[in-house]
Amino acid sequence: LEFILTTRQEQVKLLDRFSTSNKSLTGTLYLTATHLLFIDSSQRETWILHHHIAAVEKLPLTTSGCPLVIQCKNFRIVHFVVPRERDCHDIYNSLLQLSRTAKYEELYAFSYNPKQNESEQVKGWQLIDLAEEYKRMGVPNSNWQLSDANRDYKICETYPKELYVPRTASKPIIVGSSKFRSKGRFPVLSYYHKNKEAAICRCSQPLSGFSARCLEDEHMLQAISKANPSNRYMYVMDTRPKLNAMANRAAGKGYENEDNYSNIRFQFVGIENIHVMRSSLQKLLEVSGTKGLSVNDFLSGLENSGWLRHIKAVLDAAVFLVKAIAVESASVLVHCSDGWDRTSQVCSLGALLLDSYYRTIRGFMTFLISNLNWFQSVHGIFFRCCQLDGDPKEISPVFTQFLESVWNLTEQFPQAFEYNEAFLLQIHEHVHSCQFGNFLGNCQKEREELKLKEKTYSLWPFLLDEQKRYQNPLYNPDFSPELTLLEPNTVSFNFKFWRNMYHQFDRSMHPRQSVFNLIMNMSEQNKQLEQDIKELEAKIKQRNGQSDAFSVKEHQQPAHPAPLALKTPPCFKKEQPLIPVNDAVRTIEGSNAADNRYSEFVSEFSKAEPAVVSLEYGVARMTC
Amino acid sequence: MEFAELIKTPRADNVVLHRPFYLAVEGTLCLTGHHLIFSSRRQDNAEELWLLHSNIDSIEKRFVGSLGTIIIKCKDLRIIQLDIPGMEECLNIASSIEALSTLDSVTLMYPFFYRPMFEIIEDGWRSFLPDQEFELLSSVTDEWRLSCINKEFSVCPSYPPVVIVPKSIDDEALRKVAMFRHGSRFPVLSYYHKKNGMVMMRSSQPLTGTNGRRCKEDEKLINATLRPGKRGYIIDTRSLNVAQQARAKGGGFEQEAHYPQWRRIHKCIERCESLIKLVEACNDQSHNMDRWLSKLEASNWLTHIKEILTAACLAAQCIDREGASVLVHGTEGTDSTLQVTSLAQIILDPRCRTIRGFESLVVREWLQAGHPFQQRCAQSAYSNSKQKWEAPVFLLFLDCVWQILRQFPCSFEFNEQFLIMLFEHAYASQFGTFLGNNENERSKLKLLQKTMSLWSWVNRSEELCKFQNPLFEANSLVIWPSVAPQSLQLWEGVFLRWNRPSKFLDEAHEEMISIIKYNKELQAKVNALRRQLAEMETDDRMQENL
Repeated sequence: LEFILTTRQEQVKLLDRFSTSNKSLTGTLYLTATHLLFIDSSQRETWILHHHIAAVEKLPLTTSGCPLVIQCKNFRIVHFVVPRERDCHDIYNSLLQLSRTAKYEELYAFSYNPKQNESEQVKGWQLIDLAEEYKRMGVPNSNWQLSDANRDYKICETYPKELYVPRTASKPIIVGSSKFRSKGRFPVLSYYHKNKEAAICRCSQPLSGFSARCLEDEHMLQAISKANPSNRYMYVMDTRPKLNAMANRAAGKGYENEDNYSNIRFQFVGIENIHVMRSSLQKLLEVSGTKGLSVNDFLSGLENSGWLRHIKAVLDAAVFLVKAIAVESASVLVHCSDGWDRTSQVCSLGALLLDSYYRTIRGFMTFLISNLNWFQSVHGIFFRCCQLDGDPKEISPVFTQFLESVWNLTEQFPQAFEYNEAFLLQIHEHVHSCQFGNFLGNCQKEREELKLKEKTYSLWPFLLDEQKRYQNPLYNPDFSPELTLLEPNTVSFNFKFWRNMYHQFDRSMHPRQSVFNLIMNMSEQNKQLEQDIKELEAKIKQRNGQSDAFSVKEHQQPAHPAPLALKTPPCFKKEQPLIPVNDAVRTIEGSNAADNRYSEFVSEFSKAEPAVVSLEYGVARMTC
Repeated sequence: MEFAELIKTPRADNVVLHRPFYLAVEGTLCLTGHHLIFSSRRQDNAEELWLLHSNIDSIEKRFVGSLGTIIIKCKDLRIIQLDIPGMEECLNIASSIEALSTLDSVTLMYPFFYRPMFEIIEDGWRSFLPDQEFELLSSVTDEWRLSCINKEFSVCPSYPPVVIVPKSIDDEALRKVAMFRHGSRFPVLSYYHKKNGMVMMRSSQPLTGTNGRRCKEDEKLINATLRPGKRGYIIDTRSLNVAQQARAKGGGFEQEAHYPQWRRIHKCIERCESLIKLVEACNDQSHNMDRWLSKLEASNWLTHIKEILTAACLAAQCIDREGASVLVHGTEGTDSTLQVTSLAQIILDPRCRTIRGFESLVVREWLQAGHPFQQRCAQSAYSNSKQKWEAPVFLLFLDCVWQILRQFPCSFEFNEQFLIMLFEHAYASQFGTFLGNNENERSKLKLLQKTMSLWSWVNRSEELCKFQNPLFEANSLVIWPSVAPQSLQLWEGVFLRWNRPSKFLDEAHEEMISIIKYNKELQAKVNALRRQLAEMETDDRMQENL
């Protein structure tokens, strides 16, 4: 709180990000310990969590005041104009301090109190049991076992304690292999495919240099391939571009030599490193944030940023992995340099394509937790999303990319996923919000030291409580019966710019009526109507007395999906109205003049969507 | 001419049909005067493919030994391949298709031979008459009149026989104005905005030439649409530069000095030559991401969409928000002008978002307004011999409608299929609706008597149900689409239609429709039960009272 130099500033203007004529809303800006709040003259609120702030920039003084631009990690960009420069400077300095936290204890998660009692808090953390998840996968079994080699984080600091390895991999082999792998990250199980008896394993690059070899590591890989009775060959996927991998050899690292390992097939898949990805996203945001953007500048900017190319590369790699398992029943070992980022993306997407359980809401949560706790600890979510003031070179949109790949799959397979886009966006939001303990810390060891389970709350029970918002009304649990495998088409034209992510808060760019929300609401309403019918029929039956056999019969009729016989003419009375859409809510962002090249008045369309409960993203959710 | 002369090999057996994403099928190929018919010989699951010759944009032939292959590229962008055994048969069939798909005479086209297999409930040729339109107009204003000045197509060859003009302007003045406008297309009423009485007119460019010729009657005509003390806007669909250059060829634009009450805005809509490039990009599955994006960019297709939508939004904005009347024209007033006037009406007028209203819009603003369909739609994306008058003007318009439909999915009575259907019929059809370049040609061809109207077929409930949007909820407001590049999308239903399997998307769509249907059933059922209960309660009360 000592950072807040000014808590309230009146007569602040919020500019429309895309307006060429500086259209604005005037209101009051408040700074709290956790949020920045702007309330405009029509009492609409814009909340911004300090942890979400990626950059604050003070622009040169103009005649109307001092401009302050705030960029957020959830891709919201707000442009304020503060009347006096001194005030602007105060706000600027406060925000700089508030958005850069140096200590864990200052993160929002440690002060956030959602009015849960202790047992609820504990329950929340226990909501999803990982041991159960491995049981579901089919391990341990005759070929794979739980190893306690890393019990005290001695072999590998960044790995969790519980690791699954082939039964034939003895402790000396594990230890030897870990010494031959960058950061000690030896091959471990990531996903086990029960039917094919094939495994996805992960590790970091070998310290092979130009000629070094390690017998234990070779044994380790052999153990993995032997643990698969259906195919003795295994694939080793190096997710880096070949050139990068070769360059690493000079530093004593590198990749597996096919001659030294028996029965492996080695393959590069060419996903770029985090630095390339970071600057790619930077370029993408620059393009999409341009005022008065032309179609060709947009498309060439999209091309130059390379962003969609990277998304395609990640998905292509996952498709390669899935084919090895589904078609050849071969196990696959995946690594990149340290086995944190690209490896996590590819392994996760591979599992998502193979296993329909991960396409359910609960399954996806389990999936994220297992990936966090075991490996992606190292997914380096923490560093990559830069929750603490750290090295900006370590920040990278790896997780955003993963979510975008999932979104692309949901677009291609609209019925295969139980969750919807809002779910992915909400998770993205909270990965950066530091409001819940789930995404804090870099590895299991660190998380234990932080005592997250005692001091913070888990996000998952909150998401499950609001499950209705995240359900895909078109979801079909029986989708894709063969193997439950998804085979995405990765032809370039299938990849689209994810408007709802990168322009999440620029409402004017979105369709004004959302089919998805409408259908979601309708299928929700259908449940209610089924209930109503039951109740009404019961009442009628009651009135008619037991003797009236007719209504009893009708009551027993199954409501779904047999078409109902309609004996009476339509409506004599209008339906009770559903919760009307609150228009103030719809336009909360205050930036609704669409495109100023033709109009400053585009916010005109203000009709409430008929019979729709607003489920806008980004609306008032900061207050949850 | 006898079609039989052109068909040397009317039938070939053991032909193999290849289509993307389908298994190859073996069967028999037949050629008739107007159709290519392929029929698989399998008893269990006979498959038939009927293709109008006029739908064929180009064909290629290849030989491997005596096995010939014909690749047929259609105007609806589909590509199929036929393997035909026998060199001679293949050559014969290829040359027949080539000849039959490029018949010179309109009267040999299929619509003149087509006999409908359905009962005609309503004659589509009489569904949308100017008189009806005028009747609607006169119920709200009496400032306009129906002029029969063009009865014999003597004043303007590309206008319909009757047009709506300001009441205060007599036919004599119209004749003078016609002399002053390119192709005699004098300003006529396109749309009347009931909300505030503002209007949109359209015309062609004025023939001011280099010496700044003026025409008092022209000035008087368009000033007649202004309210006292109000200004209007002239939206010129050319850039200022192009408009200035047009003066050298006798054309030009309205000079401020002579039209002091009008503000001229240039909103450049360039002539679109990009369909070929776009389709090429969409058809190549091997493009990597960079190549795909740069090809998409190079096609300029979405740039055109944005230009057209922006101009239409501007026109709509002038009328609805500024409360001003608008005159729209480009050079000839038969292409970009019509795109702008018709899209502005979709934005402004809820009626145009219904099926019948949209049909009426197509009739008024495209067919009667003299868009040269026959010239523009002679070929589509695959033809090698591209003529300069061919341009996908109508397809661009439909694409723009689709963009708005995507942004306001509940405000339209029709669905995407309806737009795709119109695209197909504009390029190849069994109906006479899109034949000819204007009403004059259509009346000479006696289409009314000799062919069937598309609307007679579409407006039957069997067909209509395919084109209805289950989400439709009448929305009486003006709808302002976003024209930001991030909001515009490639029309996959047309351009990727044949390039990817759509099974999953189709199934999802069906599921969506069944949810809506089920919702309606449940609502009706709840209502019925409520009523039943209410009646019971009333009965009980009456009995108590007794």
